[in-house]
Amino acid sequence: MSSNKLEEYLVEKGLFLTAIFSIIIILIIIAFIFREGFPIFQEYGVLNFIFGMNWAPSDEQYGVFTMIVGSLCITGLSLLMAVPLSILCAIFMAEIAPKTFRKILKPTIETLAGIPSVVYGFFGLIVLVPLVRVQFGGTGFSMLTASIILTIMILPTIISVSEDALRSVPHEYKEASLALGATQWQTIKNVIFPAAIPGVITAIILGMGRAVGETLAVIMVAGNVTQIPNSILDPVRALTSNIALEMGYATGVHYNALFGTAIVLFIMIMVLLVIANYFHYKKKVVIGGGYL
Amino acid sequence: MQTVFWASGIITVIILLVIIGYILIKGLPAINLEFLLAEPIDSGESGGIAPMIVSSIYVTLVAGIVAAPLGVGAAVYLAEYAGENKVVKLIRFGAETLASIPSIVFGLFGLSFFVIFLGMGWSLFAGGLVLALMALPTIFQVAEVSIEAVPRSYREGSLALGATKWETIYRVVLPAAIPGITTGVILGLARAISEAAAIMFVVGSALSMPISIFDPGRPLPLHLYVLATEGISMENAFGTAAVMVILILIITVVTNTLVERYQKKMMGR
Repeated sequence: MSSNKLEEYLVEKGLFLTAIFSIIIILIIIAFIFREGFPIFQEYGVLNFIFGMNWAPSDEQYGVFTMIVGSLCITGLSLLMAVPLSILCAIFMAEIAPKTFRKILKPTIETLAGIPSVVYGFFGLIVLVPLVRVQFGGTGFSMLTASIILTIMILPTIISVSEDALRSVPHEYKEASLALGATQWQTIKNVIFPAAIPGVITAIILGMGRAVGETLAVIMVAGNVTQIPNSILDPVRALTSNIALEMGYATGVHYNALFGTAIVLFIMIMVLLVIANYFHYKKKVVIGGGYL
Repeated sequence: MQTVFWASGIITVIILLVIIGYILIKGLPAINLEFLLAEPIDSGESGGIAPMIVSSIYVTLVAGIVAAPLGVGAAVYLAEYAGENKVVKLIRFGAETLASIPSIVFGLFGLSFFVIFLGMGWSLFAGGLVLALMALPTIFQVAEVSIEAVPRSYREGSLALGATKWETIYRVVLPAAIPGITTGVILGLARAISEAAAIMFVVGSALSMPISIFDPGRPLPLHLYVLATEGISMENAFGTAAVMVILILIITVVTNTLVERYQKKMMGR
Protein backbone atom coordinates (compact mmCIF):
# COMPACT_ATOMS: atom_id res chain seq x y z
CA MET A 1 0.00 0.00 0.00
CA SER A 2 2.78 2.39 0.90
CA SER A 3 4.63 1.65 -2.34
CA ASN A 4 1.40 2.58 -4.12
CA LYS A 5 1.28 5.85 -2.24
CA LEU A 6 4.89 6.55 -3.08
CA GLU A 7 4.17 5.92 -6.75
CA GLU A 8 1.18 8.26 -6.66
CA TYR A 9 3.33 10.90 -4.99
CA LEU A 10 6.15 10.59 -7.50
CA VAL A 11 3.75 10.67 -10.46
CA GLU A 12 2.11 13.84 -9.20
CA LYS A 13 5.43 15.57 -8.66
CA GLY A 14 6.68 14.40 -12.05
CA LEU A 15 3.60 15.73 -13.78
CA PHE A 16 3.97 18.99 -11.91
CA LEU A 17 7.47 19.31 -13.31
CA THR A 18 6.22 18.86 -16.88
CA ALA A 19 3.56 21.48 -16.17
CA ILE A 20 6.03 24.14 -15.03
CA PHE A 21 8.47 23.23 -17.81
CA SER A 22 7.19 25.96 -20.13
CA ILE A 23 7.69 28.59 -17.43
CA ILE A 24 11.25 27.40 -16.87
CA ILE A 25 11.89 27.52 -20.62
CA ILE A 26 10.53 31.06 -20.90
CA LEU A 27 12.82 32.18 -18.09
CA ILE A 28 15.81 30.59 -19.85
CA ILE A 29 14.81 32.23 -23.15
CA ILE A 30 14.53 35.63 -21.49
CA ALA A 31 17.85 35.10 -19.70
CA PHE A 32 19.71 34.21 -22.88
CA ILE A 33 18.18 36.86 -25.13
CA PHE A 34 18.94 39.53 -22.53
CA ARG A 35 22.41 38.18 -21.79
CA GLU A 36 23.38 38.46 -25.43
CA GLY A 37 21.43 41.64 -26.12
CA PHE A 38 22.26 43.65 -23.04
CA PRO A 39 25.78 44.73 -24.13
CA ILE A 40 24.30 46.80 -26.99
CA PHE A 41 22.25 48.81 -24.49
CA GLN A 42 25.37 49.45 -22.43
CA GLU A 43 27.63 50.33 -25.30
CA TYR A 44 25.22 52.17 -27.55
CA GLY A 45 22.63 53.43 -25.06
CA VAL A 46 19.03 52.28 -24.82
CA LEU A 47 17.58 55.48 -26.28
CA ASN A 48 20.11 55.65 -29.10
CA PHE A 49 19.29 52.05 -29.93
CA ILE A 50 15.51 52.41 -29.89
CA PHE A 51 15.21 55.90 -31.39
CA GLY A 52 18.28 55.89 -33.63
CA MET A 53 17.36 56.46 -37.27
CA ASN A 54 20.45 54.84 -38.77
CA TRP A 55 21.19 51.16 -39.03
CA ALA A 56 24.61 50.67 -40.57
CA PRO A 57 26.58 47.94 -38.76
CA SER A 58 29.67 48.63 -40.90
CA ASP A 59 29.72 52.22 -39.49
CA GLU A 60 28.74 51.06 -36.01
CA GLN A 61 25.32 52.68 -36.32
CA TYR A 62 22.70 50.62 -34.52
CA GLY A 63 19.38 52.46 -34.46
CA VAL A 64 16.28 50.31 -34.89
CA PHE A 65 13.64 53.05 -35.01
CA THR A 66 12.99 52.67 -38.75
CA MET A 67 12.31 49.00 -38.19
CA ILE A 68 9.96 49.60 -35.27
CA VAL A 69 8.06 51.95 -37.56
CA GLY A 70 8.30 49.38 -40.36
CA SER A 71 6.87 46.58 -38.22
CA LEU A 72 4.06 48.81 -36.95
CA CYS A 73 3.18 50.12 -40.44
CA ILE A 74 3.00 46.65 -42.00
CA THR A 75 0.99 45.35 -39.04
CA GLY A 76 -1.38 48.34 -39.03
CA LEU A 77 -2.07 48.15 -42.75
CA SER A 78 -2.68 44.40 -42.64
CA LEU A 79 -5.08 44.80 -39.70
CA LEU A 80 -6.93 47.45 -41.68
CA MET A 81 -7.56 44.88 -44.39
CA ALA A 82 -7.90 41.74 -42.27
CA VAL A 83 -10.18 42.95 -39.46
CA PRO A 84 -13.29 43.85 -41.53
CA LEU A 85 -12.99 40.75 -43.70
CA SER A 86 -12.43 38.36 -40.81
CA ILE A 87 -15.14 39.80 -38.56
CA LEU A 88 -17.66 39.57 -41.40
CA CYS A 89 -16.51 36.03 -42.07
CA ALA A 90 -16.74 35.09 -38.38
CA ILE A 91 -20.29 36.46 -38.11
CA PHE A 92 -21.14 34.64 -41.33
CA MET A 93 -19.83 31.35 -39.94
CA ALA A 94 -21.42 31.71 -36.53
CA GLU A 95 -24.84 33.06 -37.47
CA ILE A 96 -25.65 33.00 -41.16
CA ALA A 97 -23.92 30.30 -43.18
CA PRO A 98 -25.89 27.13 -43.88
CA LYS A 99 -24.36 23.96 -42.50
CA THR A 100 -23.06 22.78 -45.84
CA PHE A 101 -21.08 25.98 -46.45
CA ARG A 102 -19.74 25.92 -42.89
CA LYS A 103 -18.42 22.44 -43.66
CA ILE A 104 -16.36 24.01 -46.46
CA LEU A 105 -15.27 27.10 -44.55
CA LYS A 106 -13.95 25.41 -41.42
CA PRO A 107 -11.33 23.23 -43.12
CA THR A 108 -10.54 26.16 -45.42
CA ILE A 109 -9.58 28.28 -42.43
CA GLU A 110 -7.65 25.41 -40.83
CA THR A 111 -5.67 24.92 -44.02
CA LEU A 112 -4.98 28.65 -44.34
CA ALA A 113 -3.60 28.51 -40.80
CA GLY A 114 -1.49 25.48 -41.63
CA ILE A 115 0.25 26.69 -44.79
CA PRO A 116 3.93 27.36 -43.91
CA SER A 117 4.89 31.03 -43.81
CA VAL A 118 7.66 30.39 -46.34
CA VAL A 119 5.05 29.19 -48.81
CA TYR A 120 3.07 32.40 -48.27
CA GLY A 121 6.26 34.38 -48.78
CA PHE A 122 7.05 32.44 -51.92
CA PHE A 123 3.54 33.04 -53.29
CA GLY A 124 3.94 36.73 -52.48
CA LEU A 125 7.31 36.87 -54.20
CA ILE A 126 6.13 35.13 -57.37
CA VAL A 127 2.58 36.49 -57.69
CA LEU A 128 2.01 39.61 -55.57
CA VAL A 129 5.30 41.43 -56.11
CA PRO A 130 4.90 41.50 -59.93
CA LEU A 131 1.20 42.31 -59.53
CA VAL A 132 1.89 45.33 -57.31
CA ARG A 133 4.72 46.42 -59.61
CA VAL A 134 2.46 46.36 -62.68
CA GLN A 135 -0.61 47.84 -61.00
CA PHE A 136 0.93 50.53 -58.80
CA GLY A 137 4.49 51.00 -60.04
CA GLY A 138 7.71 50.87 -58.01
CA THR A 139 9.67 47.66 -57.56
CA GLY A 140 6.74 45.74 -56.11
CA PHE A 141 8.73 45.01 -52.95
CA SER A 142 6.76 47.20 -50.60
CA MET A 143 4.88 47.76 -47.39
CA LEU A 144 1.66 47.10 -49.32
CA THR A 145 2.80 43.71 -50.62
CA ALA A 146 3.96 42.61 -47.18
CA SER A 147 0.65 43.77 -45.67
CA ILE A 148 -1.41 41.82 -48.21
CA ILE A 149 0.49 38.62 -47.41
CA LEU A 150 0.16 39.24 -43.67
CA THR A 151 -3.56 39.91 -44.11
CA ILE A 152 -4.01 36.43 -45.52
CA MET A 153 -1.82 34.93 -42.79
CA ILE A 154 -3.70 36.49 -39.87
CA LEU A 155 -7.20 35.87 -41.27
CA PRO A 156 -7.49 32.37 -39.73
CA THR A 157 -6.44 33.58 -36.27
CA ILE A 158 -8.92 36.46 -36.17
CA ILE A 159 -11.75 34.47 -37.77
CA SER A 160 -11.52 31.43 -35.52
CA VAL A 161 -11.11 33.30 -32.23
CA SER A 162 -13.91 35.78 -33.11
CA GLU A 163 -16.16 32.93 -34.16
CA ASP A 164 -15.64 31.24 -30.80
CA ALA A 165 -16.49 34.50 -29.07
CA LEU A 166 -19.67 34.92 -31.13
CA ARG A 167 -20.72 31.33 -30.47
CA SER A 168 -20.22 31.66 -26.73
CA VAL A 169 -22.83 34.43 -26.52
CA PRO A 170 -25.70 32.81 -24.55
CA HIS A 171 -28.59 31.59 -26.67
CA GLU A 172 -31.13 33.43 -24.52
CA TYR A 173 -29.82 36.81 -25.73
CA LYS A 174 -30.52 35.91 -29.30
CA GLU A 175 -33.88 34.34 -28.57
CA ALA A 176 -34.99 37.30 -26.47
CA SER A 177 -34.04 39.72 -29.22
CA LEU A 178 -35.80 37.73 -31.90
CA ALA A 179 -38.85 37.31 -29.64
CA LEU A 180 -39.03 41.10 -29.30
CA GLY A 181 -39.45 41.27 -33.05
CA ALA A 182 -35.91 42.22 -34.05
CA THR A 183 -34.72 40.98 -37.43
CA GLN A 184 -31.73 38.66 -37.73
CA TRP A 185 -29.50 41.55 -38.78
CA GLN A 186 -30.70 43.75 -35.92
CA THR A 187 -30.05 40.91 -33.50
CA ILE A 188 -26.51 40.42 -34.80
CA LYS A 189 -25.74 44.15 -34.85
CA ASN A 190 -27.31 45.14 -31.53
CA VAL A 191 -27.07 42.04 -29.37
CA ILE A 192 -24.73 39.26 -30.46
CA PHE A 193 -21.82 41.32 -31.78
CA PRO A 194 -21.72 43.78 -28.84
CA ALA A 195 -21.77 40.86 -26.43
CA ALA A 196 -18.84 39.23 -28.21
CA ILE A 197 -16.69 42.37 -28.42
CA PRO A 198 -14.13 41.42 -25.72
CA GLY A 199 -13.46 38.14 -27.54
CA VAL A 200 -13.23 39.92 -30.88
CA ILE A 201 -10.68 42.35 -29.45
CA THR A 202 -8.67 39.40 -28.13
CA ALA A 203 -8.81 37.90 -31.62
CA ILE A 204 -7.56 41.11 -33.23
CA ILE A 205 -4.69 41.44 -30.76
CA LEU A 206 -3.67 37.81 -31.30
CA GLY A 207 -3.67 38.46 -35.04
CA MET A 208 -1.60 41.55 -34.44
CA GLY A 209 0.91 39.49 -32.46
CA ARG A 210 1.19 37.05 -35.32
CA ALA A 211 1.75 39.91 -37.80
CA VAL A 212 4.44 41.57 -35.67
CA GLY A 213 6.24 38.24 -35.18
CA GLU A 214 6.11 37.02 -38.78
CA THR A 215 9.55 36.84 -40.31
CA LEU A 216 10.29 35.08 -43.57
CA ALA A 217 7.08 35.85 -45.45
CA VAL A 218 7.73 39.54 -44.77
CA ILE A 219 11.41 39.39 -45.73
CA MET A 220 10.55 37.85 -49.08
CA VAL A 221 8.26 40.69 -50.21
CA ALA A 222 8.95 43.85 -48.16
CA GLY A 223 12.16 45.02 -49.80
CA ASN A 224 13.92 45.36 -46.41
CA VAL A 225 15.25 48.93 -46.80
CA THR A 226 15.86 50.61 -43.44
CA GLN A 227 13.84 53.79 -43.92
CA ILE A 228 10.68 55.45 -42.70
CA PRO A 229 8.21 54.75 -45.54
CA ASN A 230 6.66 57.76 -47.29
CA SER A 231 4.01 55.78 -49.07
CA ILE A 232 2.64 52.27 -48.90
CA LEU A 233 4.63 51.47 -52.04
CA ASP A 234 7.97 52.11 -50.33
CA PRO A 235 10.08 49.17 -49.20
CA VAL A 236 10.36 48.72 -45.42
CA ARG A 237 12.23 46.49 -43.03
CA ALA A 238 10.55 44.81 -40.06
CA LEU A 239 12.29 44.05 -36.74
CA THR A 240 12.01 40.31 -37.36
CA SER A 241 13.50 40.66 -40.85
CA ASN A 242 16.46 42.58 -39.49
CA ILE A 243 17.43 39.62 -37.31
CA ALA A 244 16.91 36.97 -39.98
CA LEU A 245 18.76 38.92 -42.67
CA GLU A 246 21.91 39.66 -40.71
CA MET A 247 22.34 36.97 -38.07
CA GLY A 248 24.11 34.71 -40.52
CA TYR A 249 27.25 36.85 -40.57
CA ALA A 250 27.00 39.10 -37.49
CA THR A 251 29.80 39.15 -34.94
CA GLY A 252 30.71 41.28 -31.91
CA VAL A 253 28.57 44.34 -31.27
CA HIS A 254 26.52 43.65 -34.39
CA TYR A 255 25.60 40.22 -32.94
CA ASN A 256 24.55 41.91 -29.67
CA ALA A 257 22.55 44.50 -31.60
CA LEU A 258 20.52 41.75 -33.29
CA PHE A 259 19.72 40.23 -29.89
CA GLY A 260 18.80 43.76 -28.81
CA THR A 261 16.36 43.83 -31.73
CA ALA A 262 14.91 40.57 -30.40
CA ILE A 263 14.47 42.17 -26.96
CA VAL A 264 12.46 45.03 -28.49
CA LEU A 265 10.36 42.49 -30.39
CA PHE A 266 9.87 40.34 -27.29
CA ILE A 267 8.67 43.32 -25.25
CA MET A 268 6.21 44.35 -27.99
CA ILE A 269 4.76 40.82 -28.07
CA MET A 270 4.50 40.64 -24.27
CA VAL A 271 2.61 43.94 -24.16
CA LEU A 272 0.16 42.62 -26.78
CA LEU A 273 -0.26 39.35 -24.88
CA VAL A 274 -1.01 41.12 -21.61
CA ILE A 275 -3.60 43.35 -23.34
CA ALA A 276 -5.18 40.30 -24.99
CA ASN A 277 -5.39 38.56 -21.62
CA TYR A 278 -6.93 41.62 -20.04
CA PHE A 279 -9.79 41.58 -22.53
CA HIS A 280 -10.05 37.81 -22.45
CA TYR A 281 -10.55 37.57 -18.70
CA LYS A 282 -12.49 40.79 -18.28
CA LYS A 283 -15.45 39.66 -20.28
CA LYS A 284 -18.01 42.22 -19.27
CA VAL A 285 -20.96 42.20 -21.58
CA VAL A 286 -22.34 45.60 -22.39
CA ILE A 287 -25.60 45.92 -24.29
CA GLY A 288 -27.43 49.18 -24.76
CA GLY A 289 -25.39 50.95 -22.09
CA GLY A 290 -26.12 48.44 -19.33
CA TYR A 291 -24.15 45.49 -17.99
CA LEU A 292 -25.58 42.04 -18.36
CA MET B 1 -26.19 42.88 -45.87
CA GLN B 2 -26.58 39.14 -46.45
CA THR B 3 -24.58 39.56 -49.66
CA VAL B 4 -21.66 41.17 -47.81
CA PHE B 5 -21.49 38.28 -45.35
CA TRP B 6 -21.68 35.69 -48.11
CA ALA B 7 -19.00 37.59 -50.02
CA SER B 8 -16.64 37.53 -47.01
CA GLY B 9 -17.01 33.77 -46.72
CA ILE B 10 -16.58 33.18 -50.42
CA ILE B 11 -13.53 35.48 -50.61
CA THR B 12 -11.86 33.46 -47.84
CA VAL B 13 -12.41 30.22 -49.74
CA ILE B 14 -11.20 31.79 -52.99
CA ILE B 15 -7.98 33.06 -51.36
CA LEU B 16 -7.15 29.53 -50.22
CA LEU B 17 -8.03 27.99 -53.59
CA VAL B 18 -5.93 30.53 -55.49
CA ILE B 19 -2.84 30.02 -53.32
CA ILE B 20 -3.04 26.23 -53.16
CA GLY B 21 -4.10 25.93 -56.78
CA TYR B 22 -1.27 28.13 -58.00
CA ILE B 23 1.40 26.31 -55.99
CA LEU B 24 0.12 22.87 -57.01
CA ILE B 25 -0.33 23.69 -60.72
CA LYS B 26 3.17 25.15 -60.94
CA GLY B 27 4.76 22.67 -58.54
CA LEU B 28 3.27 19.28 -59.34
CA PRO B 29 5.03 18.95 -62.74
CA ALA B 30 8.37 19.26 -60.91
CA ILE B 31 7.54 16.41 -58.55
CA ASN B 32 8.47 12.89 -59.58
CA LEU B 33 10.17 9.99 -57.94
CA GLU B 34 13.61 11.30 -58.88
CA PHE B 35 12.88 14.70 -57.36
CA LEU B 36 11.87 13.03 -54.10
CA LEU B 37 14.71 10.52 -53.97
CA ALA B 38 17.74 12.33 -55.42
CA GLU B 39 20.21 14.65 -53.74
CA PRO B 40 20.34 18.27 -54.89
CA ILE B 41 22.92 19.25 -57.51
CA ASP B 42 24.54 22.74 -57.62
CA SER B 43 22.92 24.05 -54.39
CA GLY B 44 19.54 22.76 -55.57
CA GLU B 45 19.56 24.17 -59.08
CA SER B 46 18.78 20.68 -60.29
CA GLY B 47 18.47 17.30 -58.64
CA GLY B 48 16.09 16.46 -55.86
CA ILE B 49 15.20 17.13 -52.26
CA ALA B 50 15.84 13.78 -50.58
CA PRO B 51 18.18 15.19 -47.86
CA MET B 52 15.63 17.90 -47.09
CA ILE B 53 12.85 15.36 -46.63
CA VAL B 54 15.10 13.33 -44.32
CA SER B 55 16.07 16.51 -42.42
CA SER B 56 12.42 17.43 -41.99
CA ILE B 57 11.61 13.93 -40.72
CA TYR B 58 14.51 14.07 -38.23
CA VAL B 59 13.65 17.46 -36.73
CA THR B 60 9.95 16.57 -36.55
CA LEU B 61 10.72 13.24 -34.84
CA VAL B 62 12.95 14.91 -32.25
CA ALA B 63 10.32 17.61 -31.67
CA GLY B 64 7.57 15.01 -31.25
CA ILE B 65 9.53 12.73 -28.93
CA VAL B 66 10.49 15.67 -26.69
CA ALA B 67 7.30 17.74 -26.81
CA ALA B 68 4.58 15.06 -26.68
CA PRO B 69 5.35 13.67 -23.19
CA LEU B 70 5.95 17.15 -21.78
CA GLY B 71 2.76 18.59 -23.27
CA VAL B 72 0.57 15.63 -22.33
CA GLY B 73 2.12 15.47 -18.84
CA ALA B 74 1.35 19.14 -18.27
CA ALA B 75 -2.18 18.63 -19.59
CA VAL B 76 -2.76 15.67 -17.24
CA TYR B 77 -1.49 17.68 -14.31
CA LEU B 78 -3.76 20.63 -15.02
CA ALA B 79 -6.82 18.55 -15.88
CA GLU B 80 -6.56 15.92 -13.13
CA TYR B 81 -4.43 17.18 -10.26
CA ALA B 82 -4.38 20.96 -10.05
CA GLY B 83 -7.27 23.08 -8.90
CA GLU B 84 -7.66 26.68 -9.96
CA ASN B 85 -4.91 28.59 -8.20
CA LYS B 86 -2.14 31.09 -8.89
CA VAL B 87 0.34 28.42 -10.07
CA VAL B 88 -2.15 27.08 -12.60
CA LYS B 89 -2.82 30.58 -13.91
CA LEU B 90 0.93 31.10 -14.23
CA ILE B 91 1.31 27.78 -16.09
CA ARG B 92 -1.43 28.77 -18.54
CA PHE B 93 0.13 32.19 -19.05
CA GLY B 94 3.46 30.43 -19.61
CA ALA B 95 1.99 28.29 -22.37
CA GLU B 96 0.36 31.32 -24.00
CA THR B 97 3.65 33.22 -23.87
CA LEU B 98 5.52 30.30 -25.39
CA ALA B 99 2.91 30.18 -28.16
CA SER B 100 3.28 33.86 -29.00
CA ILE B 101 7.06 34.29 -28.97
CA PRO B 102 8.05 35.06 -32.60
CA SER B 103 9.77 32.20 -34.35
CA ILE B 104 12.88 34.25 -35.10
CA VAL B 105 13.33 34.86 -31.35
CA PHE B 106 13.22 31.08 -30.87
CA GLY B 107 15.87 30.94 -33.56
CA LEU B 108 18.18 33.30 -31.69
CA PHE B 109 17.55 31.39 -28.48
CA GLY B 110 18.35 28.10 -30.19
CA LEU B 111 21.59 29.53 -31.53
CA SER B 112 22.76 31.05 -28.26
CA PHE B 113 21.55 28.24 -25.95
CA PHE B 114 21.61 24.89 -27.75
CA VAL B 115 24.22 25.52 -30.42
CA ILE B 116 26.71 27.70 -28.53
CA PHE B 117 26.07 27.47 -24.76
CA LEU B 118 25.34 23.72 -24.61
CA GLY B 119 27.88 23.08 -27.37
CA MET B 120 25.58 21.01 -29.59
CA GLY B 121 26.85 22.73 -32.72
CA TRP B 122 24.72 23.14 -35.81
CA SER B 123 22.61 20.01 -35.87
CA LEU B 124 19.16 18.69 -36.67
CA PHE B 125 18.95 17.59 -33.04
CA ALA B 126 19.29 21.19 -31.81
CA GLY B 127 16.75 22.26 -34.44
CA GLY B 128 14.35 19.56 -33.25
CA LEU B 129 14.66 20.80 -29.67
CA VAL B 130 13.78 24.38 -30.73
CA LEU B 131 10.78 23.07 -32.66
CA ALA B 132 9.75 20.99 -29.63
CA LEU B 133 9.45 24.20 -27.61
CA MET B 134 7.30 25.71 -30.36
CA ALA B 135 5.05 22.66 -30.62
CA LEU B 136 4.66 22.30 -26.84
CA PRO B 137 1.86 24.86 -26.21
CA THR B 138 -0.36 23.47 -28.98
CA ILE B 139 0.03 19.89 -27.76
CA PHE B 140 -0.61 20.98 -24.18
CA GLN B 141 -3.72 23.04 -24.96
CA VAL B 142 -5.40 20.47 -27.22
CA ALA B 143 -4.51 17.57 -24.88
CA GLU B 144 -5.95 19.40 -21.87
CA VAL B 145 -9.27 19.99 -23.62
CA SER B 146 -9.54 16.35 -24.70
CA ILE B 147 -8.65 14.99 -21.25
CA GLU B 148 -11.25 17.25 -19.68
CA ALA B 149 -13.81 16.01 -22.20
CA VAL B 150 -13.55 12.42 -20.89
CA PRO B 151 -16.83 11.82 -19.00
CA ARG B 152 -16.63 11.90 -15.21
CA SER B 153 -18.39 8.53 -15.00
CA TYR B 154 -15.33 6.82 -16.54
CA ARG B 155 -13.16 8.01 -13.68
CA GLU B 156 -15.76 7.22 -11.04
CA GLY B 157 -16.22 3.71 -12.41
CA SER B 158 -12.50 3.02 -12.28
CA LEU B 159 -12.02 4.52 -8.82
CA ALA B 160 -15.02 2.57 -7.50
CA LEU B 161 -13.35 -0.66 -8.68
CA GLY B 162 -10.42 0.17 -6.40
CA ALA B 163 -7.96 1.61 -8.91
CA THR B 164 -5.66 4.37 -7.69
CA LYS B 165 -5.79 7.83 -9.23
CA TRP B 166 -2.78 7.25 -11.45
CA GLU B 167 -4.06 3.81 -12.55
CA THR B 168 -7.33 5.47 -13.48
CA ILE B 169 -5.59 8.16 -15.49
CA TYR B 170 -3.19 5.75 -17.15
CA ARG B 171 -5.64 2.96 -17.98
CA VAL B 172 -8.96 4.75 -18.38
CA VAL B 173 -8.69 8.50 -18.95
CA LEU B 174 -5.69 8.61 -21.30
CA PRO B 175 -6.87 5.77 -23.58
CA ALA B 176 -10.26 7.49 -23.88
CA ALA B 177 -8.58 10.80 -24.73
CA ILE B 178 -6.09 9.33 -27.21
CA PRO B 179 -7.75 10.61 -30.43
CA GLY B 180 -7.79 14.15 -29.04
CA ILE B 181 -4.22 13.91 -27.78
CA THR B 182 -3.10 12.56 -31.16
CA THR B 183 -4.78 15.51 -32.85
CA GLY B 184 -2.91 17.89 -30.55
CA VAL B 185 0.42 16.22 -31.27
CA ILE B 186 -0.21 16.33 -35.04
CA LEU B 187 -1.20 20.01 -34.90
CA GLY B 188 1.88 20.83 -32.83
CA LEU B 189 4.15 18.95 -35.22
CA ALA B 190 2.46 20.59 -38.22
CA ARG B 191 3.69 23.87 -36.83
CA ALA B 192 7.16 22.36 -36.37
CA ILE B 193 7.40 20.92 -39.87
CA SER B 194 6.43 24.27 -41.48
CA GLU B 195 8.90 26.36 -39.56
CA ALA B 196 12.01 27.86 -41.14
CA ALA B 197 12.85 31.07 -39.25
CA ALA B 198 13.29 29.28 -35.92
CA ILE B 199 15.83 26.83 -37.23
CA MET B 200 17.73 28.79 -39.87
CA PHE B 201 20.62 29.56 -37.51
CA VAL B 202 20.41 26.24 -35.67
CA VAL B 203 20.47 23.39 -38.22
CA GLY B 204 23.44 24.57 -40.24
CA SER B 205 21.65 24.56 -43.59
CA ALA B 206 23.82 21.77 -45.01
CA LEU B 207 22.84 20.32 -48.38
CA SER B 208 24.25 16.83 -47.89
CA MET B 209 22.27 13.85 -46.71
CA PRO B 210 22.23 13.79 -42.88
CA ILE B 211 23.25 10.38 -41.55
CA SER B 212 22.38 10.87 -37.89
CA ILE B 213 20.24 13.43 -36.05
CA PHE B 214 23.43 15.07 -34.81
CA ASP B 215 24.43 16.07 -38.34
CA PRO B 216 23.61 19.48 -39.79
CA GLY B 217 20.84 19.49 -42.37
CA ARG B 218 18.28 21.61 -44.18
CA PRO B 219 14.56 20.93 -43.64
CA LEU B 220 12.11 21.59 -46.50
CA PRO B 221 10.87 25.10 -45.54
CA LEU B 222 14.41 26.38 -45.15
CA HIS B 223 15.34 24.88 -48.52
CA LEU B 224 12.40 26.66 -50.16
CA TYR B 225 13.46 29.94 -48.54
CA VAL B 226 17.02 29.62 -49.83
CA LEU B 227 15.95 28.53 -53.32
CA ALA B 228 13.49 31.41 -53.66
CA THR B 229 15.45 34.28 -52.12
CA GLU B 230 18.76 33.40 -53.73
CA GLY B 231 17.01 32.78 -57.04
CA ILE B 232 18.63 29.38 -57.44
CA SER B 233 15.80 27.52 -59.17
CA MET B 234 12.18 28.59 -59.30
CA GLU B 235 11.16 25.22 -60.73
CA ASN B 236 12.59 23.33 -57.76
CA ALA B 237 11.22 25.98 -55.39
CA PHE B 238 7.72 25.32 -56.76
CA GLY B 239 8.28 21.59 -56.39
CA THR B 240 9.39 21.99 -52.77
CA ALA B 241 6.46 24.30 -52.01
CA ALA B 242 4.03 21.82 -53.57
CA VAL B 243 5.43 18.99 -51.43
CA MET B 244 4.81 21.09 -48.30
CA VAL B 245 1.29 22.08 -49.38
CA ILE B 246 0.41 18.43 -49.99
CA LEU B 247 1.78 17.56 -46.53
CA ILE B 248 -0.38 20.25 -44.91
CA LEU B 249 -3.47 19.09 -46.82
CA ILE B 250 -2.89 15.52 -45.63
CA ILE B 251 -2.43 16.73 -42.05
CA THR B 252 -5.68 18.73 -42.18
CA VAL B 253 -7.66 15.77 -43.51
CA VAL B 254 -6.19 13.39 -40.92
CA THR B 255 -6.84 15.70 -37.95
CA ASN B 256 -10.38 16.43 -39.11
CA THR B 257 -11.14 12.73 -39.44
CA LEU B 258 -9.72 12.09 -35.98
CA VAL B 259 -11.74 14.91 -34.42
CA GLU B 260 -14.95 13.73 -36.09
CA ARG B 261 -14.43 10.16 -34.90
CA TYR B 262 -13.66 11.38 -31.41
CA GLN B 263 -16.76 13.52 -31.21
CA LYS B 264 -18.91 10.63 -32.44
CA LYS B 265 -17.37 8.33 -29.85
CA MET B 266 -17.91 10.77 -26.99
CA MET B 267 -21.43 11.74 -27.94
CA GLY B 268 -22.79 8.53 -29.41
CA ARG B 269 -21.73 6.49 -26.40
